[in-house]
Amino acid sequence: MKDIFNKYEKKDENILGLLEDIQTEFNYLSEENIRKVAEAFGVPLSRIFGISTFYKSFSLTPKGKHIIWVCSGTACHVRGAPKISDRLTQLLGIEPGGTTPDNQFTLETVNCLGACALGPLVVIDGKYHGKMSVDKIEKLLQDYK
Amino acid sequence: MHKINIDGQTVEVEPHRQSSTEKTILEVAKSAGIYIPTLCYHPALEPYGACRLCLVEITKPEWKEWSKLVVSCAYHVENNLIVKTSSEKVIKARKFILELLLARVPESDVIQKLANQYGITKTRFSSSLNPEPPTLNCILCGLCVRVCDEIIGENAICFAYRGANREVMAPFNKPSEVCLTCGACAFVCPMGAIKIEDIVDIRKISISKTEASLVRCKNCGVTFTALPVSEKVKKKFQTLQELLELCQKCRRKKTIEKLSYGPMAIRNI
Repeated sequence: MKDIFNKYEKKDENILGLLEDIQTEFNYLSEENIRKVAEAFGVPLSRIFGISTFYKSFSLTPKGKHIIWVCSGTACHVRGAPKISDRLTQLLGIEPGGTTPDNQFTLETVNCLGACALGPLVVIDGKYHGKMSVDKIEKLLQDYK
Repeated sequence: MHKINIDGQTVEVEPHRQSSTEKTILEVAKSAGIYIPTLCYHPALEPYGACRLCLVEITKPEWKEWSKLVVSCAYHVENNLIVKTSSEKVIKARKFILELLLARVPESDVIQKLANQYGITKTRFSSSLNPEPPTLNCILCGLCVRVCDEIIGENAICFAYRGANREVMAPFNKPSEVCLTCGACAFVCPMGAIKIEDIVDIRKISISKTEASLVRCKNCGVTFTALPVSEKVKKKFQTLQELLELCQKCRRKKTIEKLSYGPMAIRNI
């Protein structure tokens, strides 16, 4: 934690970078860490809280070990993304935005990943899996369990 | 002198050196006695342009009939500006905004009244807010957040989340630790959405969820302010310690006593 903090000069423009690093390191922004950032930068706590809740890439609750993005952009949508997302909800027992109770998986939908030719697209831990189907996603999920 | 035409009335405005410190259309209209509806505007705060209700149509002779809509609260006047505050274009846009506001806070008297003035009783839009209709008549104009930042300087509340989920709250939606319970947020709220509750010796502010004890007047014993406010003001005005222990009424009495050479004079008034 100290290393992440010392990486940045205490200037307003570095707040986002620091928050991103904390999110990557701990998988979420804890209340304690948000308070620390506010104190270190001499910025009102309310402002850091506002930033933390504004951006979708930040989470105030711990995210799972594996993060699954189901692309729900137009191209993926017409090729059946909702079915894949429904299947994942079935398999994991969580709605998009949720995290499994064992903290293994977080399911999220994203609006477009810019790889429409590969649709329907699922990204797990940053790895792109294109031309996904309801059957394939079940097999793929086994690899991460 | 800048010559500006507002609704056919020529107004002269003294120019400023910087265009950013020039008067806004809204300010000029107000001094010319022309009413423009606003919700998110307050003269003590920086213009914000959130409610869009104050929009007006502007043009210039050299624009060849071309005109545009701008928010009058944030648009600085220029020489030869021609402003229409209630043209067809303006009314149409304003009606649209009122419909959107009505969809957001259908229960609000303030919005209903404003909408009725423009002949709107129904809205075409449905709210995606949860719960629907919202329990809080908030239109996210940001006046409470801005007054707490710009005037009070405590930043107790902020906008949290975004889009349809945007809300005003204290950090983590827990009682704010820095809120003075001064009530400036409730004072500026155009919707009356923020509640101040004074129960016996405790003041509670709904939006910040903060509770603080009230201070009693040393002279007559009525509660007149919250403790954190009193402490902050006392720190700021070291020389007025004695007066700050008193409620507004007793403070005035005391000041008059001092001005009129002692307590005898006041008894004779």
